Amino acid sequence: MTWQERREERFEKWLSAPGVNFVSPEAREGYKARATRIINAIKLEKPDRVPCQIPGGSFPAYYAGFDFKTIMYDYEAMRRAWVKFALDFDSDTVGVAAFTVPGKLYDILDYKLYKWPGNGLPDSASMIQFVEKEYMKADEYDALINNPADFMLRYILPRTWGAFAPMAKLPSISSVIGIPFLMLNAASDPEFRPMFDAINKANEEKDKWLKVVIEVSQAVLEAGYPSEGGGIALAPFDTIADILRGTYGAVMDMYRQPDKLLEAMERLIPLSLQEVKEQADMSLSPTVFIPMHKGDDVFMSDEQFEKFYWPSFRKLLLGLIDEGLVPYMVVDGTYNRRLEYIKDLPRGSVVWVFEKTDMAKAKKVLGGYACIGGNVTGSLLRTGTPEKVKEYCRWLIDTCAPDGGYILTLGASIDNCNPDNLHAIVDTAKQYGVYK
Amino acid sequence: MPKDFVDLLADLQEEEVIKLTKQRLEAGEEALAILDDSRKAMEVVGDRFAEGKYFIPELVYSGELLTQITELVKPYLTRPAESKRLGKVVIGTVAGDIHDIGLNIVGFMLDVHGFEVYNLGVDVPPQKFVEKMKETSAPVLGLSGFLTLAFDSMKETVEALEAAGLRDKMKIMIGGGQMDDEVKKFAKADAYGKDAMEAVSLVKKWIGVK
Repeated sequence: MTWQERREERFEKWLSAPGVNFVSPEAREGYKARATRIINAIKLEKPDRVPCQIPGGSFPAYYAGFDFKTIMYDYEAMRRAWVKFALDFDSDTVGVAAFTVPGKLYDILDYKLYKWPGNGLPDSASMIQFVEKEYMKADEYDALINNPADFMLRYILPRTWGAFAPMAKLPSISSVIGIPFLMLNAASDPEFRPMFDAINKANEEKDKWLKVVIEVSQAVLEAGYPSEGGGIALAPFDTIADILRGTYGAVMDMYRQPDKLLEAMERLIPLSLQEVKEQADMSLSPTVFIPMHKGDDVFMSDEQFEKFYWPSFRKLLLGLIDEGLVPYMVVDGTYNRRLEYIKDLPRGSVVWVFEKTDMAKAKKVLGGYACIGGNVTGSLLRTGTPEKVKEYCRWLIDTCAPDGGYILTLGASIDNCNPDNLHAIVDTAKQYGVYK
Repeated sequence: MPKDFVDLLADLQEEEVIKLTKQRLEAGEEALAILDDSRKAMEVVGDRFAEGKYFIPELVYSGELLTQITELVKPYLTRPAESKRLGKVVIGTVAGDIHDIGLNIVGFMLDVHGFEVYNLGVDVPPQKFVEKMKETSAPVLGLSGFLTLAFDSMKETVEALEAAGLRDKMKIMIGGGQMDDEVKKFAKADAYGKDAMEAVSLVKKWIGVK
């Protein structure tokens, strides 16, 4: 099968939504119309009108009268917030509640990669933040490259989750015969007991949270709103620079051990592909959410992008595309100097959602090659009026929508703003974005 | 001809510049002279960043090299390094936001341009900015923020300075990820700078440096 054929199968599954009991025939029709709109845009065709996606971020919490901390810890509040958000805004897809993580689970397992309200951030903080550190040391590239699973289990897991700290005590997980005994030894080691207790406690919490997440997703689907984000991935450079080595560590490696850095990124590609494929096979949506951070115009030079960011990322994208998946990039910052590079992918195979990139330039370079969207900024939504938002969205549609391949959406998710500003986006897509 | 110290550091030649540092110290050269050359090299780094030849990796790496050189030189310092500073600037990332890459770049660029920088770090509550502005009487405050949540924190910080009666004694600039002129108005700041070079120009203008 070609990648297009594999993708058609996934689109078909997304469109037909097997097992979903729609609340009404209208909901079924609405679902189909929305998913079709997005699929048309991905394929660079003209839909009935410009598709419009409103990512939730932590906005649903405030919109429903809660705050972010409340919906992280109170799953019933999370349910109400997300259902209300999904039903009140006519977005063509809804990124379901899985994006509101369970606070108590993170408390129990002592997650160190995040700070969240009440845990490293003020109670009033409206989003989670990422803690960059050298979780992987400069001299550990060989350990990662030679046995990534062992490295994640014994090095990264115990350093990033306090409750899993005893995992660092385990001997190398590489012997076929030894693994059962290694597990037995861990089970009888008193130092491991708190870890197992924490896992059990966290599991109870996860079940409570997941039950609500599944019910919300179901309710939203049944009301006619396609889900989005069948999987999540990171560019290999971002995996290293965001998570494993941190910006500082990754930069040192660019100078001191560039070959190791490149080899490790290469090693991460098949692992990431397998993980995403497994996620996507279980979900309806074929889109793969890829937040992008450190390849932007401001962060690195063209030469650095060419050497350290793009080749391994392009390989990952080609792998995803070949599986029939649709990489959906949300690009922080500005990509004005990157547009010519990222054009080099199969036509109509990906979506680029930009934050601050010059959209006229993006359309000029990527038009006819890739679906684009984004650029309704957090600043406009937080400080502007509905009239201003409409005016900007009309400009975006005039600039980017001709000939299709365009989705009207935010450049980044939002925490809090005047709800009428979000309605203004959807209304503009409906009223102004009709293809004739 | 071998490259001189300033070039080596500005070109980020780690091994060579560290070797040369050691040689100079062993030859009995004045520690302050090495620091002075380091400062000159960092000015070159700053200029190259401003010209779009250097990016964040170069800044971060040059900072690391400078730290190593400073560590080597320290035991030889007989008197503290002194340099004439053009004026004071307080900077920090506002409450609730823990992003520091952009903040530190602004700090670096202001420092190499001769300003005395008080970098309060990340997640800085409004009251802490108020106290620091009182203590230093700095004429300029730079607020950094990456996320949308920083919009409100910036506004609250400016309001806290108003309430403390300090607002008209200073100029306030904002910058970072999602900031722009609209957020500047929203937060009642005096200017938005889209990058570290604009921060330097703003401070120069406000402090009256040519």
